[in-house]
Amino acid sequence: MINPDSVGRTFEGAGSVTVSQSEIDAFCAVISETNTTVAPPTFSIRISLSQYESILTQPEIGVDWTRLVHGDQKFEIFRPIVAGDVFKCSATIETLRVAAGNEIVSVRSDLHNGSELVVSSWSTLVVRA
Amino acid sequence: MIEVGTVLDEKVFFLDRAMLKAYADASGDQNPIHQNEEFALSVGLPNVIAHGMLTMALVGKYVTDWAGGSAAVKEYSARFVKPVIVPLDQKVDLTVSATVSEIDGDRISITLSATSAGVKVLGMAKAVVIK
Repeated sequence: MINPDSVGRTFEGAGSVTVSQSEIDAFCAVISETNTTVAPPTFSIRISLSQYESILTQPEIGVDWTRLVHGDQKFEIFRPIVAGDVFKCSATIETLRVAAGNEIVSVRSDLHNGSELVVSSWSTLVVRA
Repeated sequence: MIEVGTVLDEKVFFLDRAMLKAYADASGDQNPIHQNEEFALSVGLPNVIAHGMLTMALVGKYVTDWAGGSAAVKEYSARFVKPVIVPLDQKVDLTVSATVSEIDGDRISITLSATSAGVKVLGMAKAVVIK
């Protein structure tokens, strides 16, 4: 079970993540995007999802990553991500509810480069019963 | 002329297991349900399924092709209603279309439709672009 006391709390990801051109190139290649000067709009999930995993699986929160299904996803992009961006990533647990034994948690991720907010995203994650 | 109700041209993408592996590496999401058929079946799935975020990335490519590049996208959201099922040695379709739903200055909202094998895979899919 997810700890209900975690709702409303913001967790800071450990360390920072530097975006490389090769990461952007690989992401673009999958979708046949030839302009690699900026990252595609969903690229930030690469950063957010790994941060979610390290944050949400901490014992004090208790998400079982092996039973996770992605329910929905939203991005608000203030500027495109480019190689050389250095991000600190936070995860805020906004809501938690249980439906048919499944735990449904909605999480917001903010990616900051220094003081600049570059991308906010919202993910609904379903931990299957 | 772009106005509310304008219908964008349909585009078909094709997914196969090699694309799922490439996306797993590019995104860091190595969940075996997207690569290992035996594992996918063991957790009750009909076959290997595509990452929802791969579907969203391809539909995002449709959006950026229309809008004039990746930098044009300001908001993008979708619900994963059904998986894209990717059997071995097959190429499965992802058929995408869209309609302009709102125009607010230079911000254009489009409502997206995405199906695979005739089944709707994304719900409430929407993007806001500057064009």
